[in-house]
Amino acid sequence: MTFPLFQFAAPQAFFPIAGKMIPWFSILAGALALAGLYVGFFVAPTDATQGEAYRIIFIHVPAAWMSMFLYLVMAGWAAVGLALNTRLSGMMASAIAPTGALFTFIALWTGALWGRPTWGAYWVWDARLTSELVLLFLYLGFIALKSAISDPTRADRAGAILALVGVVNVPIIYFSVQWWNTLHQGASVSLTRAPSMATTMLWGMLLMALAAWMYSIATALARVRHIILERERDAEWVRLQREGLRAAA
Amino acid sequence: MLDAFALVLRREMQIALRRKGDVLNVLVFFIVVGSLFPLGVGPEPNQLRAMAAGVAWLGALLAAVLSLPRLFAADHADGTLEQMLVSPQPLGVIVLAKVAGHWLLTGLPLTLAAPIIGLQYGLPLDALGLLIASLLIGTPVLSLLGVAGAALTLGVRGGGALLALLILPLFVPVLVFGAGAVTASLTGINPGAHLSLLGAFLAVSSFVGPWAACAALRVALD
Repeated sequence: MTFPLFQFAAPQAFFPIAGKMIPWFSILAGALALAGLYVGFFVAPTDATQGEAYRIIFIHVPAAWMSMFLYLVMAGWAAVGLALNTRLSGMMASAIAPTGALFTFIALWTGALWGRPTWGAYWVWDARLTSELVLLFLYLGFIALKSAISDPTRADRAGAILALVGVVNVPIIYFSVQWWNTLHQGASVSLTRAPSMATTMLWGMLLMALAAWMYSIATALARVRHIILERERDAEWVRLQREGLRAAA
Repeated sequence: MLDAFALVLRREMQIALRRKGDVLNVLVFFIVVGSLFPLGVGPEPNQLRAMAAGVAWLGALLAAVLSLPRLFAADHADGTLEQMLVSPQPLGVIVLAKVAGHWLLTGLPLTLAAPIIGLQYGLPLDALGLLIASLLIGTPVLSLLGVAGAALTLGVRGGGALLALLILPLFVPVLVFGAGAVTASLTGINPGAHLSLLGAFLAVSSFVGPWAACAALRVALD
């Protein structure tokens, strides 16, 4: 273990550096969101067919991206935790899950608000909507399983197995559009061909996606700090920190 | 290894034969659920025919979830499960025998009882055959993935409801393609693709399910 990054696998070492990173990611998230919303609501042109209602995609698409990406990140941490038996990995997976569930919910909610004026219904049983709903259930199941097991090590491992089984579902979500090919429009942004939308729209969406990304990092770090304190409350360094805080007050 | 498989399977069968109620309850539950749907949605024959496969598949899903908590509970309570974990036989073989037992005691009876629901809902004969075929390929997936859920929730607070929450979302592809095969044949589309995809899920879950179940059992009895 000469690679210096492994130092931070110890919760005690990660706690202070996470604390230092949170303000930076929060500021970045706020600035990017302001810029993205400005571009999205004031600069981007009105859509020819969907009118102003389309502007909800500046929140909807980044949220949908993050909801799937965060599940992958969570499952990645879970796999690391299972393979290397590191405590921090399980804590990271626990810290990411609520943010992932939140973005899944936002994606579904904004999708419903966009669907009403565009498709004429809040909800349609399209494959991508349904898989996003299933993703929300997977997040909720992960959180429920973790909270139902009182022993943290056991909870981490059981959650990790569940996350790895559930991760099979994420590619199904992504390819469901091609598989079932129903009502939901195909992806508008692709790496291999020119995007089928105005450049300013694309910029607004990318800025918002980056903002969502920074927000996720900031909240996950904040949450993991709470989890570390909760689980290590009897450790020497937490006791010292508590006494230091008391002395400062 | 084959001996261990046969031994565990025979034991599952013997226990089930001595407590026939457990197996029969699941079967009766399946038929009751199927019979109550028309009372809720009305007796219109065309509507019922279109719903038949979905109702039969949902009934099978719920019946499977209902029967899963028992899969390890008794063995866990009397210490047999611990002996299985420390035995020299690979845990995967024992888990696979448990899966086979679960399928023979729930999946297979449900498949054989499905024509009752099919006839109640006025399914034509070829669609009825497809319903049986899709259940025959699909119900082992329920047992294979379900065993992982049962192992994960072993000895956990609120196990039954939690098991349903964990495992039902994973059953979605089976439900979609299982019921889809029958609906496709009703609308004159070749259902081969649906059955092939079901077969693909069976192949994937026969690897993922027992692996996850073994890992979860080791965590639960750590």
